[in-house]
Amino acid sequence: MSALRRLRSNPAAVAALGVILLLIAIALVGPWLSPNDIAALDWAHVAAEPGLVGAHWFGTDRLGRDLFVRTLDGTRMSMAVGLAASAISLFIGIAYGAVAGYLGGRTDHVMMRVIEVLSGLPLVFFVIFLTVVFGRSRYVLFLTIGAVGWLSMARIVRGQTLSIRRREFIEAAVASGAGTGRIIAKHVVPNLLGSVIVYATLTVPQIILFESFLSFLGLGVQEPHSSLGTLIAEGAGEMEAAPWMLLVPGTFLAALLLCLNIFGDGLRDALDVKEG
Amino acid sequence: MTRYFLKRLAGAIPTLFIIITAAFFLIRAVPGGPFDQEQSLPPEILANLQRAYGLDLPVWQQYGRYVSALAHGDFGPSFKYKDFSVTELIAQGFPVTLEIGVAALLLAVLVGIPAGVFAALHHNSAADYATMSLAVVGIAVPSFVVLPFLGLLFGIRLHWLPVAGWEPDSIRHLILPVLALSLPPLAYMARMMRGSMLEVLRSGFIRTAFAKGLPLRVVILRHALRPALLPIAGFLAPAVAAILTGSLVVESIAGLPGIGRYLVQGALNRDYTLVMGMVVIYSALLIAMGLVVDLLYAWLDPRIRYSG
Repeated sequence: MSALRRLRSNPAAVAALGVILLLIAIALVGPWLSPNDIAALDWAHVAAEPGLVGAHWFGTDRLGRDLFVRTLDGTRMSMAVGLAASAISLFIGIAYGAVAGYLGGRTDHVMMRVIEVLSGLPLVFFVIFLTVVFGRSRYVLFLTIGAVGWLSMARIVRGQTLSIRRREFIEAAVASGAGTGRIIAKHVVPNLLGSVIVYATLTVPQIILFESFLSFLGLGVQEPHSSLGTLIAEGAGEMEAAPWMLLVPGTFLAALLLCLNIFGDGLRDALDVKEG
Repeated sequence: MTRYFLKRLAGAIPTLFIIITAAFFLIRAVPGGPFDQEQSLPPEILANLQRAYGLDLPVWQQYGRYVSALAHGDFGPSFKYKDFSVTELIAQGFPVTLEIGVAALLLAVLVGIPAGVFAALHHNSAADYATMSLAVVGIAVPSFVVLPFLGLLFGIRLHWLPVAGWEPDSIRHLILPVLALSLPPLAYMARMMRGSMLEVLRSGFIRTAFAKGLPLRVVILRHALRPALLPIAGFLAPAVAAILTGSLVVESIAGLPGIGRYLVQGALNRDYTLVMGMVVIYSALLIAMGLVVDLLYAWLDPRIRYSG
């Protein structure tokens, strides 16, 4: 309870959470308010400036597509990826790290060696591999990013598990005859939660960043859907003639990532967790 | 200590070898090949091409040939850039990547570390909050937003600097990409430095130093700085490896002919040798930097003693 109070007395974190909730609300409701469709081409208003003409509040792109709807669709995509892929990477990371840390010894050594090798390989590599093999739907993208983002989570969980393993309640569980799987699931994992929550909130912006990076490269979200990354890539090419094409999605992405980071930092301070 | 490093070095070689092996089979497991084009080639020509590059052999034989060539320092020919070897391609682009990379790292170290120390010394003051707020911005906002925004402001609005492009020996073209490249590590280091400096300032030997009556400057520079730099050293290893293999985003937005694009482009084109060359360089750098960091640790904190 005192953690929640500490969090509430941190004005930056509260403001950041407010902005995040606001962005979620706009992203969910916004597209319903606009009369424009995400894929509709408005040839009468090509590369229009932001304004009220044709209800293109954030302007349009080179094809006359409405930037308001496309930016909010991209924001939604970023949030969905951030949540889904973080959940996946969290799940893998906790399971892997807890097993390695609890079993220790040779198993731990081998499992950590695997992580060392995987982190030596560039992430983009796996993404290309997985998207080529499994096709490029947005669900594959969630899975792919989640499947490559768990390495640092596993490292942190392992470190925490190493110290939890030596505590008395684990000894008591062993003495009362609980099996290894049960001890990890019922006694180790629940005690990891503090650091896991903090790290998870900081994983979400990293994953959003990674998704927009992939979309920026053209490896992410497919047309007609947009991603903040693709919009920024398009906007960067048009910034001389139509700067709003860069400024609108860029500002959305920057605001989202900034607030998630500030909130995560606030949460870390409130829960008093040390970074791994 | 020498023993420890020899042991680490001996341990690093199998790791590098495993990474190379994993990358080799992974990239070849991706469907498609280097000669897939919009228009498919006549089968005879395709067969000839594949024979010329040794792609008709079983994969494990290709692997053997690749590794033995690599052991002789030969990265092989590129599949997509005809008439170029991977070594030539990398040698062409590397000077540009190195130039902006070193400049960005220097800027990050020279601004980030003092900023962190400054924030720690003014703990919980307005100056501290301002520095750390800027640091969060630097960490959170990605370079593919920062660089176009900088270009829009300094290039298109103010006409101070070129938005993109590259000319030999032109520093002006490098200012914006270097800024964008250095901002994330700069911000990370400032934040880490503040945290570790605060921790060191609370420790006993610092209290002793102050109790002896030493001035603040001497306490910080001679006693606190070295141990506080420890986490920075750990951060620098992957950062240096990543920056020296080039930033695809920064180089492509700024139009710089560095090596940053080779990895992704190579993987998309199934230019196997080019991808492998980049993976080998990246992981070798990463492992080498890990060893350098171990040395740095021992120098920064005399309490650390490695045993064989």
